[in-house]
Amino acid sequence: MYTNVIGKVSGKVKNTVERGLVKRFAQSIGDPHPIFIDEEYGKKSKYGTNIAPPTFPRVFESGTIEALQLPKKGLIHGEQRFHYERPLLVGEDVYVWTEVKDYYEKKGSNGLMGFLSVVKYGEDKDGKLIFKEEAITIITEAVRKAMSV
Amino acid sequence: MSNILTLEKGKTLSETLAPVSRMDLIKYSGASGDFNPIHTVDEEAKKTGLPGIIAHGMWTMGNLAKLFTPYFEEGFIKDYRIRFSGMVFIDDVITLVATVTAEEEQEIAFEVKAVNQAGKAVLKGDVTFVITNE
Repeated sequence: MYTNVIGKVSGKVKNTVERGLVKRFAQSIGDPHPIFIDEEYGKKSKYGTNIAPPTFPRVFESGTIEALQLPKKGLIHGEQRFHYERPLLVGEDVYVWTEVKDYYEKKGSNGLMGFLSVVKYGEDKDGKLIFKEEAITIITEAVRKAMSV
Repeated sequence: MSNILTLEKGKTLSETLAPVSRMDLIKYSGASGDFNPIHTVDEEAKKTGLPGIIAHGMWTMGNLAKLFTPYFEEGFIKDYRIRFSGMVFIDDVITLVATVTAEEEQEIAFEVKAVNQAGKAVLKGDVTFVITNE
C-alpha cells in the first residue's frame, strides 16, 4: 500500500534548538539536568554551551511528503532509533528533512501488519549530518481498510 | 563526579520513577507537540478500546535516556534504539534499567529497558555510548 512512496523525500526545514523548548522538554521527561538547562553550566562544559536530550529531535519540523497519506488514528509506534554524530547544541540551527525509507508487510495475529519506516535527517548549515532519527510505525490491516473506505 | 568508564560488563544503572500521572503526559504533550488525545483524554483512549489513557512511547524512551545524562561530560549517546513492547498506564511504576553488555576502548554498549510494576518490559533496546574524553 505504501511501497510507491519508498524513497520519497521532503524539502529541508530550518529549525533552531531553542533554549526555552529544550528546558521544557528536559523537564517533561523528568531530566532537568544542568547540562541541558543551566547556561553557566553549559558554558563550562566540554561543549561550551548546553546540549539537548537525545530524544529532542521529535519536536523538529521536518517537511512534508505529499505522497505519504497516513491514517489519523490507529497508528502504533513500533520502534524508534536515534543516531548521533555529536550532541545537538542549544542555539544552533538544524536543517531537517524526511525520507520514507521502507515499507513492508508481515503476517501477524491481527492479519497483515504494515511496517512503515520514516527517517529524519538533521544537518548543520554545511549539510553535515548531526543526527538521524528513524521511526517504525505499524499500520494494522483494520486501520488500512478503514482508511481506504 | 560520575565516571562511565568505571562501569564494567554486567554492571547496571537503574532508577525507579514516581507513579505515572496525567500531568506527566500533559506536560510531555505540550513539550513534544504530540497532542494525540489517547495520551491525555480518557474518552478518546476508550474509543480506541483502551481502558484509559496511555503514556507516549516517547515519554518513556525520553525518561530512559536520563540514566546516561550524568555522563555527557565524558561522551555522548551515539546510538539509541528502542522497540516498544507494552503500554504504560496512569499510576504505573516504571523502573529504568541499563546494563553494560560490551566495552571497547571508545564505546560502551548497553542493553536498556523500562519495566512496569508487574515486571513486564514496556520497552527494550540498546544504547551505544561513545567516549570522547581522552
